[in-house]
Amino acid sequence: MEMAQYGWLIPALPFAAFIMIAFLFRRNRMLSALTALASIAASFLVSQGILVEKIKDPAVFELAVDWLKLSPAGGFRGLDIQMGILIDPLSSVMLFVVTFVAVLVALFSIGYMKGDEGFSRYFAYLSLFAFSMLGLVVSNNFFQMFVFWELVGLSSYLLIGFWFHKPSAADAALKAFVTNRWADFAFMIGIILLFVKFGTFHFGELARMIPLSGEIGLITLIGLLIFVGPVGKSAQFPLHVWLPDAMEGPTPVSAFIHAATMVAAGVYLIARSFILFETSETVMTVIAYVGGFTSIFAASIAIVQRDVKRILAYSTLSQLGYMVMAMGIGSLTAGMFHLTTHAFFKALLFLGAGSVIIAMHHEQDIFRMGGLSKKMPVTTWTFVIGALALAGIFPLAGFWSKDEILLAALHHESYGLFVIGLIVAFMTAFYMFRLIFVAFFGEKRSDHHAHETGWLMTLPLVLLAVFSIFSGLVNSPVFYNMFHRSFSTFVFFETPEHPEFSFAVAGISTAAALGGIWFAWRIYAKRDIPAESIANKYPRTYQLLWNKYYIDKIYNWIFNNIMILIGDLFDWIDHKLIDGFFDGMARLLGFTGRGLRLTTSGALQNYALAMFGAVVVIVILASTPVLGGVLK
Amino acid sequence: MIGLPHFLILAAALFCIGFYCAVVKKNAIAVFMGIELMLNSANINLVAFNRFIAPDKLDGHVFAIFVMVVAAAEVAVGLALIVSIYRHRKSATVDDLNLMKW
Repeated sequence: MEMAQYGWLIPALPFAAFIMIAFLFRRNRMLSALTALASIAASFLVSQGILVEKIKDPAVFELAVDWLKLSPAGGFRGLDIQMGILIDPLSSVMLFVVTFVAVLVALFSIGYMKGDEGFSRYFAYLSLFAFSMLGLVVSNNFFQMFVFWELVGLSSYLLIGFWFHKPSAADAALKAFVTNRWADFAFMIGIILLFVKFGTFHFGELARMIPLSGEIGLITLIGLLIFVGPVGKSAQFPLHVWLPDAMEGPTPVSAFIHAATMVAAGVYLIARSFILFETSETVMTVIAYVGGFTSIFAASIAIVQRDVKRILAYSTLSQLGYMVMAMGIGSLTAGMFHLTTHAFFKALLFLGAGSVIIAMHHEQDIFRMGGLSKKMPVTTWTFVIGALALAGIFPLAGFWSKDEILLAALHHESYGLFVIGLIVAFMTAFYMFRLIFVAFFGEKRSDHHAHETGWLMTLPLVLLAVFSIFSGLVNSPVFYNMFHRSFSTFVFFETPEHPEFSFAVAGISTAAALGGIWFAWRIYAKRDIPAESIANKYPRTYQLLWNKYYIDKIYNWIFNNIMILIGDLFDWIDHKLIDGFFDGMARLLGFTGRGLRLTTSGALQNYALAMFGAVVVIVILASTPVLGGVLK
Repeated sequence: MIGLPHFLILAAALFCIGFYCAVVKKNAIAVFMGIELMLNSANINLVAFNRFIAPDKLDGHVFAIFVMVVAAAEVAVGLALIVSIYRHRKSATVDDLNLMKW
């Protein structure tokens, strides 16, 4: 109970750093960077203390203050919204991952952003981003989660559009924000409905009340609405369009978004909402198939992309699909485990890509790189480790987590999803090694003078490489036999699982991954199967993939035609109907006023005439029998 | 034989003349005179009703005398005001008395 009490410090420190940088140190570049780094590092220390403590004793720790409390009155049921921290195994693992990646990203950024005009601003935003994400992770209720969820959206907007003077970056930021707003809107309706039904936002209370309610239809509706939130934030089909464009931000930000913050928030929300989703079979099925579809959909696009960051972006999409799919088939453990290992190797890959981009003076096309392995050995070999981990080669991190998911699919008897998982494993290995063979090996493809980057940038790579190799072991049978506990006995929903190992599954998935690597090697390294011939053989498919299934074009068309039309309609309603009505009211009053003004001329004699007229009328009324007068 | 209707018609005619004068005239003194005419037409009515309906009582006469007293007081105050305004503003036209108008 010692460490968890200081859990509130974890989000508070980066927030303090944000305030300090924004208002005090803005002029001093190094001081800003150090403030951000120090605050995040301090958060990391607290997080790892909490993680160690939770591993010893996984009891749930909760601390909350009333934020808004209205007592019931009449028909009003009362409102009790808290802000608090909830430290359980799930959040402690997440805190560790987020802060760990954040520290390394901050360190890397000092090297990457060197000489940028907005250096201090960058670190202010980065602290804000870390604050939002950590606040979201420690939330103990849906309301607080939603608040930080929106903050994550805001800070990602700021960072994606960091180079706002570039129109493409400004557009990408806007796209990310708008796409997320769509999803957040559904999410918000979901939690409002949840509150209307159960009268609380609190996770613990909801977990008790939901299984007893029995209104499966309403729960399904709420579940689907809440799931739309992660579909936006974790970039699942069909709201995935913002993530590849988000590559316009600085590369360490991409690493941060892809590994630890933004997209992880969505998966984390699914894990938190398990109390709700688990009740409804429909919701779980939808989650599983959306995830599965996204994973294969994005992997196929990644195969043909040329921009190093875009390849990684589509890879993230595909891996997120994997996680969501794992959650959908009921294995919270497998999903969270993949999220954890993925955070390490995807951060590694993005930071590696950042290192390459800096070395290449902001060239991102892999077909203009080549031969980097001799010039940048540290970057190259850490990148290869990351790629192997992503491809799921034994015994690296990705192997264990990917197998966990495939095994879960098999146990759930979702053979379709199992096959999708295998195909994705093959594709993943293929596009990653296509990237590696083209960019790092072979001859130079353009006249470039790449050189290894400084220790500030290589140190995070090495640390992440170490984690990419070993972090998977925490859920391996070997680890379980040695310590009698593992990831799956720590983070789980309802019943702990023992790590299992199936040689059949491991064999098939490794074969798929190796097949992908071999294929990539044949095409891009040995080149006995020329890439152009495949592209020429299936021009339609190639065009389809190259244009990302035309999804962006379809959305563009929808926005340019239907949305603008609807917008015009609303504009017309607003300007013509509503404004017209109120303008009409005002004009009517003005007109009446002008008419009435004639009566108050200020000429006494007019008044006298009016009074006399009134007296005459009264006398006539009072004296005429038919009108109730006195005369008979 | 002159009866009650004759008096009432005379009073009504007088009242209408007075009212017309009070409403139409621009000069404050003329307006004043119109008001006096209306008051006096009312007096005629009071006296006539007294005479023809209850001759043994004096209520109508008393009323008429009261009205005259009040009218005299009013004339004294009113004329004083009009003279004073005339001295200040060199005009006794009611349309010019717009000092208090917003």
